[in-house]
Amino acid sequence: MNRLVKTREIWLALAIVVLVAAVTTRSGGFASPDNLASIFNDTSILIILALGQMVVILTRSIDLSIAANVALSGMVIALINQAAPGVPVPLLIVAAPLLGLAFGAINGFLVWKLDIPAIVVTLGTLTIYRGTTFLIAGGQWVNADEMTPDFIAITRAMILGLPVLSWTAILVAITFFLVMTRSPIGRAIYAIGVNPTAAVYAGIDVGRTKFIAFCISGLVAGLCGYLWVSKFVIASSETAIGYELQVIAACVIGGVSIAGGVGTVGSAVLGAIFLGVIGRALPVIGVSPFWQMAISGTAIIVAVALNARAERKTGRIILKQAEGAR
Amino acid sequence: MNDQAPAHRTIPDRLDNPLRSAIFSWQTLLLVVAIVIFIANSLASPYFLSPWSLSDATFNFTEKALIALAMALLIIAGEIDLSVAAVIALASTAMGFALQYGADTPVLVAIGIGVGVLCGAFNGFLVTRLRLPSIVVTIGTMSLFRGISFIVLGDQAFKGYPASFAFFGQGYVWWVVSFEFVLFLAMAVVYFVLLHRTSFGRRIFTIGNNNIAAQFSGVRVERVKFMLFCLTGLMSGIAAVLLTSRLGSTRPSIAQGWELEVITMVVLGGVNILGGAGSIIGVVIAAFIMGLVTFGMGLLNVPGIVQSIFIGLLLIVVIALPIVVGKLRGTRK
Repeated sequence: MNRLVKTREIWLALAIVVLVAAVTTRSGGFASPDNLASIFNDTSILIILALGQMVVILTRSIDLSIAANVALSGMVIALINQAAPGVPVPLLIVAAPLLGLAFGAINGFLVWKLDIPAIVVTLGTLTIYRGTTFLIAGGQWVNADEMTPDFIAITRAMILGLPVLSWTAILVAITFFLVMTRSPIGRAIYAIGVNPTAAVYAGIDVGRTKFIAFCISGLVAGLCGYLWVSKFVIASSETAIGYELQVIAACVIGGVSIAGGVGTVGSAVLGAIFLGVIGRALPVIGVSPFWQMAISGTAIIVAVALNARAERKTGRIILKQAEGAR
Repeated sequence: MNDQAPAHRTIPDRLDNPLRSAIFSWQTLLLVVAIVIFIANSLASPYFLSPWSLSDATFNFTEKALIALAMALLIIAGEIDLSVAAVIALASTAMGFALQYGADTPVLVAIGIGVGVLCGAFNGFLVTRLRLPSIVVTIGTMSLFRGISFIVLGDQAFKGYPASFAFFGQGYVWWVVSFEFVLFLAMAVVYFVLLHRTSFGRRIFTIGNNNIAAQFSGVRVERVKFMLFCLTGLMSGIAAVLLTSRLGSTRPSIAQGWELEVITMVVLGGVNILGGAGSIIGVVIAAFIMGLVTFGMGLLNVPGIVQSIFIGLLLIVVIALPIVVGKLRGTRK
């Protein structure tokens, strides 16, 4: 299984290289380090969110509220910054992921304790979080001139030639890699995705693990709430609207199986970068940006069709269905 | 479960079905919620209880509810279609495109419905022939279908639909009773019969409860699922005709986000999102609830996005409530 994912990552990486090369033949500057760095920077938020979403999908769940969480956390942080410019920005940067964590925990709690399917829970919280974003801002936007300079500048600060935003994505990816491959919770997340029944027999609490997965997804959504507002210098109830689908698309294109248990940090990152490169390539080769949506749709369908080959079930369940395994 | 001792021994013609009684009580709960909302609305706004405003209220939900009827069947069979709103966009775009070449009303309707069925068939093909998970496939086709609309239209719009075309979304059959509403009621009856009174409906439940057992019982699972996807496409096509006729124009962003509202309607109606259980009556009541909530709040000048908070809460609370009550009673399902 993992070998298939590995080959999948290599193919995807190749596809990205070919894509970049093809576009470069049309427009010479496309493959320049500056441009590539800028593409990566523009894709950073998608990468971070795709990682969070991947963790949830691995547990056979889905988080449709992830983009609404970005909007709500971002709005709260922006409103605080607007109302109390004296609050130091680092404090806000710490507060944003914690807020997101709280919203993610609500999702996780409902899935864990009330046994409501994740898709229903997050469908509900999606509208609730987005509605709340509108309510707390009174329908207003928080614009650039209402934010403190630090609030905007931090994500743009350059360290070793890359903006902080890019570094954040890199750090988050490394952290996810370590957690998913080197920690008990990472193992547990894969275990309940591959075979919840076996996981229960191995002593893993399926519900609790799902709860943690939603907390992780909420945590990164909250972080992205700050990053989004700081990058685009606007907070509104329309922030990241419909973006959850892009995030899921990035996961699926990367080879994360919607059936759970299959997917790596590398796959989610590559999936996000693939979408990011396409988004930047279209205008360069003179295709109207209106094509982007249809192309990512096609990419998703092709990716799922390829995933399906890897997902064919081979083993069969010989253990008695365990209580709490779903 | 049933601790009531029967006075004399009876042989039931069907097994005592706790699922059935659960759905029944669910419908009762929904009906109570609907009545409460109706009363709250009439108390909150003096404009609510007039025939014309009640008629206007139906326009809020009939198009979505039409899709919800087919979506209910699909979800009961264990699949889902997230592309329905995008199908509306594509069907509407196709109609607008045909309009540029002088298509007349009957042709427009045929094109709208035809494109809907084709889109549904495409989803069905991907899910049943290539055996792909429907949730991701339809996320993909959702981007694809709406993406095609964006390619065709960009930031433009199709306008100038013929006057006779306006009837579908704006016409009244009798007094305040709109064509849309009558169509919805008729379709609700058709779907009720289809799901609850035909062997096709039985097969849908069988598939949703146990795919493999259904296969071994001789149900052609893939074929039934394919037909359900076509049916959902058909209803989206019909909804596209109605909505385009009502708005009188086509933009690629038409019906944006409707898929979530349609699914909320279905789930609120008591259909198990994991498949295998549900009823059309529940979905119809849920459609009324959502229509009444949004219309009543609209009368009170509550913005749409705030109304959606209420819908989201309603969705979670209505589903959580029986579970919480069950846990408090200490009974496990």
